[in-house]
Amino acid sequence: MQTLDKATLGKQITIASITESDLKPRLLEMGLYEGKIVKVLFRAPFGDPIAVDVDGYVLSMRLDEARMVQITDLVQA
Amino acid sequence: MKKVALFGNPNTGKSSIFNRLTGLNQRVGNFPGVTVDKQYGTLKIHDQQLSIVDFPGTYSIYPRSEDEQVVYDVLNNASHADFPEIAVVVTDASNLERNLLLFTQIYDTGIPTILVLNMTDIAAKNGIRIDINKLQSHFPETLIVRSNARIGTGKNELLEAIISKSGAKKSEAKSAPISLGDLTAQSADTAKRFEKIGAILKEVTRTEAVKEKNYSTSRLDRILVHPVFGYLIFFSILLLIFQSVFTFASYPMDLIDAGFSSLSEFTSANLPEGLLTRLLSEGIIPGIGGVVIFIPQIALLFFLLAILEETGYMARVVFIMDKLMRPFGLNGKSVVPLISSAACAIPGVMATRTIHSRAERLTTILVAPLMSCSARIPVYTLLIALVIPERTVLGVFNLQGLVLFAMYALGLTAALLVALVIKQFFKRGKERSVFLLELPAYKAPRWGNVGLEVWQKVKIFVTDAGKIILAISIILWALASFGPGNKMESEAARIEKPVEGNEVSQEAYNEKVASVKLENSYIGILGKGIEPVIRPLGYDWKIGISLLTSFAAREVFVGSLATIYSVHQEDEEPKLLIEKMRSEKRADGTPVYSLATGASLLVFYAFAMQCMATLAIVKRETKSWKWPLIQLAYMGVLAYLGALITYQIFS
Repeated sequence: MQTLDKATLGKQITIASITESDLKPRLLEMGLYEGKIVKVLFRAPFGDPIAVDVDGYVLSMRLDEARMVQITDLVQA
Repeated sequence: MKKVALFGNPNTGKSSIFNRLTGLNQRVGNFPGVTVDKQYGTLKIHDQQLSIVDFPGTYSIYPRSEDEQVVYDVLNNASHADFPEIAVVVTDASNLERNLLLFTQIYDTGIPTILVLNMTDIAAKNGIRIDINKLQSHFPETLIVRSNARIGTGKNELLEAIISKSGAKKSEAKSAPISLGDLTAQSADTAKRFEKIGAILKEVTRTEAVKEKNYSTSRLDRILVHPVFGYLIFFSILLLIFQSVFTFASYPMDLIDAGFSSLSEFTSANLPEGLLTRLLSEGIIPGIGGVVIFIPQIALLFFLLAILEETGYMARVVFIMDKLMRPFGLNGKSVVPLISSAACAIPGVMATRTIHSRAERLTTILVAPLMSCSARIPVYTLLIALVIPERTVLGVFNLQGLVLFAMYALGLTAALLVALVIKQFFKRGKERSVFLLELPAYKAPRWGNVGLEVWQKVKIFVTDAGKIILAISIILWALASFGPGNKMESEAARIEKPVEGNEVSQEAYNEKVASVKLENSYIGILGKGIEPVIRPLGYDWKIGISLLTSFAAREVFVGSLATIYSVHQEDEEPKLLIEKMRSEKRADGTPVYSLATGASLLVFYAFAMQCMATLAIVKRETKSWKWPLIQLAYMGVLAYLGALITYQIFS
């Protein structure tokens, strides 16, 4: 499954699941729960970290953190 | 006294609300058993004394870093000294979903709550309409207050809410807290809460489409995190900060310096001669001066840093620097403390507070004093003028200037390499380096917050580190002013008395007496005692004494040498001292200050932890003597080995 670190810039995506790890509760608390629609806004100069629009606020995360977030492309309802 | 606790996510304006409630009536203390500072203040409304505690900003009651632990500890222990009667939860109304997670967790503990919907203006701008009555119906036990800390509304409403809640009793907890180790249960609970919050928000909020949502922020971000302009702008801002701390702080610093030395002269001239007067004029007054002298740098630096933080720019700096700092076991947040340390390590160490990972924060603190600070400059200039020939290399570069530049480069390189070594030690630690950082929208700084930040930092330095600095300076003074038996006096008495009425010879006599006294004081004896240890570095006992005395502050090295060589110390240009030092010869007739000895001293001063003020602030920030002592030891070893190798290479 595709992960958040490889998401296309500016494209809306849906969060499918988060890899089981000690980081999971933290990612959830930041609002990255299953079904949440997010968008990668831009990347830092060396491609890492990335800035993600989480509906109302901008969250920046490292690529190895984004790799734990599985995503699906948003299907137009 | 009623206890009110402030909770909330980071960037919700929680601290602004705290500042507006308490103003200058705020203090810094400790939560029992943890190293994080407790910000608290008092407030009097309708004859009722309230104590308000500002808890660290968190996204959840479950701690994700050491600093956040205290929120969980307090909320789940009714007998905790800081267990609140009322919990005020500050939320960002423009981002209610994520903010309500923490609120529902606290609401469910049964502690009477007040829900503050802050930043309602931004929410309105983003087209979010919140139906307060409907929201209230979902949380019947709370009181909802709208506020806008930026323009200053909602303070009275919040105070009224606190009064009306002040009789409320804690109700039964609605859900049992999950144990800290059970991450699976925490994840499940969080997911369930978001489901509920989502349903509530669907009913309570209405979002209208707006065209200009976050427009200016995303436009600014296009430039400020740009691969080229982003760094250019950041380095220009850094240069500006560095320059202003460097240049502007020097005026008040010179004034303080002059003020304290005339106060010291005045006391010694006007009080009856004796030990107490000397303690006051040579020990205590210069000791206090040694604390006050740092205030301009600390105040100016934190004024500028607070502006960067308030505007939201600091988060972008962290964002663009993180990748570059990571290989060294540091974090994007380490950049600003390290650069600040190139002016002075004290504010640099104090600026590491924002680093949440303990390992990364400690690493930053441990290496920060390796950056060449402004106190090293007098030492560098003296030594460079002494042993580095003034000539042009490669057509344009001044060799002396190049060496000075090399000293800065050496400091930075050493800091990064040592960080790399420390990383190996912390690797086994279980704390994962987590980045996850909110990039807040750009906004104008709130000057009240900036002012309070400066005031806080200066106060912490003066009250906490000041005591240690004063104590050490008095000890150093005593060691330099007293000696065993009456050798100091008897040696001084053997110096030929000056010709009566001849000022020049009187002055020369005074300098000789000072020199002989220092030589026979405890510190002088110590300096002679360490001569065998420092001889391999190319130093004699005179340098040894200066090394010891400059533990007070590096620039004291120059003054000590002037005393030892009985040179009248001129203010800016130590020309006489340099001449005198050049003519110093060893027993075999070769000059003491050869290129090898000079280079070795330069390296020694680049690495050695010759600053008690920094040690004092490291103790304050890490809440233990362990880290400053480790720092003193490793930098000492580094300085010794570095100087040894340098001396061997050049001789």
